[in-house]
Amino acid sequence: MYAQMVKSEGMKSRDEMSPEELAFQDRIDRGEKIEPKEWMPEGYRKTLIRQIGQHAHSEIVGQLPEGNWITRAPTLERKAILLAKVQDEAGHGLYLYSAAETLGVSRDDLMEKLHSGAMKYSSIFNYPTLNWADMGAVGWLVDGAAIMNQVPLQRTSYGPYSRAMIRICKEESFHQRQGYAIMMKMAAGTPAQKEMAQDALNRFWYPSLMMFGPSDAESVHSAQSMAWKIKINTNDELRQKFVDQTVPQAHYLGLSIPDENLRWNEEKGGYDFSEPDWSEFFEVIKGNGPCNRERLGARVKAWDDGEWFREGLYAHAEKAAHRRMAATTAAE
Amino acid sequence: MSRKEWPLWEVFIRGQHGLNHRHVGSLHAPDAEMAIHHARDVYTRRKEGVSIWVVKSNDITASSPSEKGPLFDPAETKAYRHPTFFDIPDEVGHM
Ligand SMILES: [Fe+2]
Ligand SMILES: [Fe+2]
Repeated sequence: MYAQMVKSEGMKSRDEMSPEELAFQDRIDRGEKIEPKEWMPEGYRKTLIRQIGQHAHSEIVGQLPEGNWITRAPTLERKAILLAKVQDEAGHGLYLYSAAETLGVSRDDLMEKLHSGAMKYSSIFNYPTLNWADMGAVGWLVDGAAIMNQVPLQRTSYGPYSRAMIRICKEESFHQRQGYAIMMKMAAGTPAQKEMAQDALNRFWYPSLMMFGPSDAESVHSAQSMAWKIKINTNDELRQKFVDQTVPQAHYLGLSIPDENLRWNEEKGGYDFSEPDWSEFFEVIKGNGPCNRERLGARVKAWDDGEWFREGLYAHAEKAAHRRMAATTAAE
Repeated sequence: MSRKEWPLWEVFIRGQHGLNHRHVGSLHAPDAEMAIHHARDVYTRRKEGVSIWVVKSNDITASSPSEKGPLFDPAETKAYRHPTFFDIPDEVGHM
């Protein structure tokens, strides 16, 4: 997902738990929220920093593929909408960084880890956005997949994370709908435009399925994260839900899902579908996707180029504080 | 590189309907003025508010989780502080 393959730690059975750990697990089982200054197992804290941090990085890096088309949107209205959408993603990143910081990690530290490659962001943002139809496909599929994951996370056990997810979910629906609206327009356009829409779907379908991460039904990490309620569903559950929801939406557009094995399975009440190419996924995660270097390069450049500005504002703030101090002393 | 992180601010927003300012989250900014500007961009993109307060996170004193019992438990046995504690017969009418 926006947080893929987050390593969890310390899966323990009840008899291996200390009294503190037992009491903590009981609170989670009762549905209580854990708040920043309260006692928590070190593994819970570390896993959350990784997960929320990776989620935040995804929101921030996720601005780049769409930012690519702001200056080339087909109308002023589309441009304003896309700008607002991308601005929302910046906000999502900021809500999540704040949530991560309540766990005792600094913002600069998180930034540093993103830029050095020590922390990851979602694989999906390492794919290129080649034309305007991709803005439709990204909003519809990528934000659609993100919503699948984020809606249940509103109930996560960590208070600040849960509150960030609630804010984010309120804003996501607009993202998906504006994307689908672009797809509707293009699918109903000239044959060439419809062809562009189909091509965008073809390119984004499997990378979207990869967003949920490889099957984790048997993973110990996932089991621990689920016990702690920082993961609510398995990757396969969410992927299935996403496919079931998206296929009829594609049909409405008159587009076809690029999967020969896609079939309605009456028995399970869902679609059978092909798995994405997981070797491609692992390559992208390792840094060898089509745009990894470009994305990270753009991030680092923005951070470095902004340095003088951040410094300048700081210097101004300090000067103003000194002036205020001097004025108060003089008045006394 | 001087590597100084901007301080953290807590943001409070009063919504449209005259309710109290409510904590909505936090952000980094070099000073109070910029914190207000940032809060406008980060927390009110959809007209969520008509007024913003920002407070340096360091200036907030919070009760500690370990005081939870002594602070809040005493209220538990005082159900008579709620109107529903008192049974008023229907004949009396609305009260
Ligand atoms: Fe987002
Ligand atoms: Fe989004």
